[in-house]
Amino acid sequence: MTSWDDAVARLVDGSATLLSLWGEREAVHLALLHEGEVVHLGFACRDGRYPSLGREHPPAIRLERAARDLYGLDPVGLPDSRPWLDHGPEPTAYPFLPVEGEHLHQIPVGPVHAGIIEPGHFRFTCDGETVVRLEERLGYVHRGVEALMQGAALEKAARLAGRINGDSTVAYALAFARAVEQATATVPPPRAVWLRAVMAEIERIANHLGDVGAICNDAAFSLMQAHCAILRERVLRAAATCFRHRLMMDAIVPGGVARDLAPDGAETLRALLHEVRTRFPPLVNLYDATASLQDRTVGTGVLRTELARRFGAGGFVGRASGRDFDARRTPGYAPYDMLTFDVPVLSEGDVNARVWVRIKEITQSVNLIGQMLDRMPDGELRVAVGAQPGEGLALVEGFRGDVLVWLRLAEGRVQHCHARDPSWFQWPLLEAAIEGNIVADFPLCNKSFNCSYAGHDL
Amino acid sequence: MRKTLLQGLLHRPLTEPPPRIDDPTVVTLARELDAAAQKKLGRSLAIREVDAGSCNGCELEIHALGNAFYDLERFGLRFVASPRHADVLLVTGPVTRNMREALLRTYAAAPAPKWVVAAGACACDGGEFATSAHCTAGVGAVLPVDVTIAGCPPTPLDLLRGLLTLFVQRP
Ligand code: SF4
Repeated sequence: MTSWDDAVARLVDGSATLLSLWGEREAVHLALLHEGEVVHLGFACRDGRYPSLGREHPPAIRLERAARDLYGLDPVGLPDSRPWLDHGPEPTAYPFLPVEGEHLHQIPVGPVHAGIIEPGHFRFTCDGETVVRLEERLGYVHRGVEALMQGAALEKAARLAGRINGDSTVAYALAFARAVEQATATVPPPRAVWLRAVMAEIERIANHLGDVGAICNDAAFSLMQAHCAILRERVLRAAATCFRHRLMMDAIVPGGVARDLAPDGAETLRALLHEVRTRFPPLVNLYDATASLQDRTVGTGVLRTELARRFGAGGFVGRASGRDFDARRTPGYAPYDMLTFDVPVLSEGDVNARVWVRIKEITQSVNLIGQMLDRMPDGELRVAVGAQPGEGLALVEGFRGDVLVWLRLAEGRVQHCHARDPSWFQWPLLEAAIEGNIVADFPLCNKSFNCSYAGHDL
Repeated sequence: MRKTLLQGLLHRPLTEPPPRIDDPTVVTLARELDAAAQKKLGRSLAIREVDAGSCNGCELEIHALGNAFYDLERFGLRFVASPRHADVLLVTGPVTRNMREALLRTYAAAPAPKWVVAAGACACDGGEFATSAHCTAGVGAVLPVDVTIAGCPPTPLDLLRGLLTLFVQRP
């Protein structure tokens, strides 16, 4: 598959999945998943124009709007001409899609929300209590990450990568490091590879615990939240003991890891695993046996399998709707090829299914960390990164789904770097999942998706 | 559920002795808060959190303030949903161009007297994003900042200390 038309045809007929679309000054790039392989295609477009993919394949629409904002690339034929990440000098002037109909009213929410969450705007159109349409407007946290990356030294760029999306700092740092290593043909030492995976699984457990608690809290069941928050805090404290930072920021660097597991790290982690193994199952029972809670989560915010597939929804959003995909397995990367784990997949697609996928993944991650502690290789932590120019691409399974990083290096610096958060393909699906639900269930649906604003807005 | 609740009542609390009462810093800070806050604001201080371009790392730690280990509310500090109920804006992130207006409006909506706390490296001086054309270099460039809390992200204890400082500074 080398031509644009061929790639478009495969995306449209569903035989390939869009992993990302991004721009630079005179080129547009596509990454697809085709028969279990990641395919990257670059096309020169010197006149700044290219035929829109989004016109035929909606998952690309927002990516094309973003590439237009960032690099002035014009997706010829894209029906939506509104900006996306660039809010311009007049941020409040944004034409939302028009709605017509009797009895409809609109509820604008955000960018500053009621809780301690990230900024974004939701425009609900409702008929009574029922949401007829949700339109999202994002980009409020656009910090210009890609522009900052251009010309940055590797060390600075790695720090930036770890701050694109704080809750997934390990996943981003890992994706960035692996992309650099591919570009420079650097082989990180085995111990570093295993420690990275330990961090990634700790991050997954911490976030899933936070989410399970927060989802229940949005159904007004704060008991779960209180208990999950205690467990989450224990995980973060263990991370701080093991890797000297609660979120493990800057611990993964190109060429390896910056810090070894602390001397008492293995012991700390084993105690943590024991804690989660004993404390979490009663909470799961509590979740499952509380009728008032089930009443809120079962059958709410259903995402259809067909849509999840079409948008290539990653993480728990996809796996709760029958899309059986996990980047740790396909295309896969070390050390997961040497470990045993299941990828839980459910088909209901409701809030409850998204909770359950997280619950099952916590168990899997706990087991994975146990396996890794038993077989942790000794040796070096970090090797020097080669200086040759080149391109690299990596796909890493973060807690939220697959994080993609593509970059091109020259003279030991980043020439261009694109990071695609799983949220790019999950946000639009939230709009679909909420349709026909009541406004009061939106927080619940939203939390069960838990899309990232920062990772998306860049 | 009854079992879980009962266990919570009958067994030793799951919480560690909350934030180590023996920790001299916390004890002093707590006492300072009592004296100063009582004078100025009675026993409570309402905080409105505003993410002005954070990577969300700071939000995670601000969230943690509410867990059983830190239990923010026992200090009389609590998060409120509306700036109209707030005494303090707790701002994170380097203030992106796209959030500037929203931040200004939130500030305007909070009744005086009000204080601004900039939490995290980004909010203090722009952090890793300081040179971006899409950000201002921290909250100070947009609003008068009363307290800055360093860290990337600041730990919950850092945040707690920083928030309590507010009371000490004020006459
Ligand atoms: S200070 Fe650090 S954790 Fe906080 S928003 Fe900035 S980069 Fe994220």
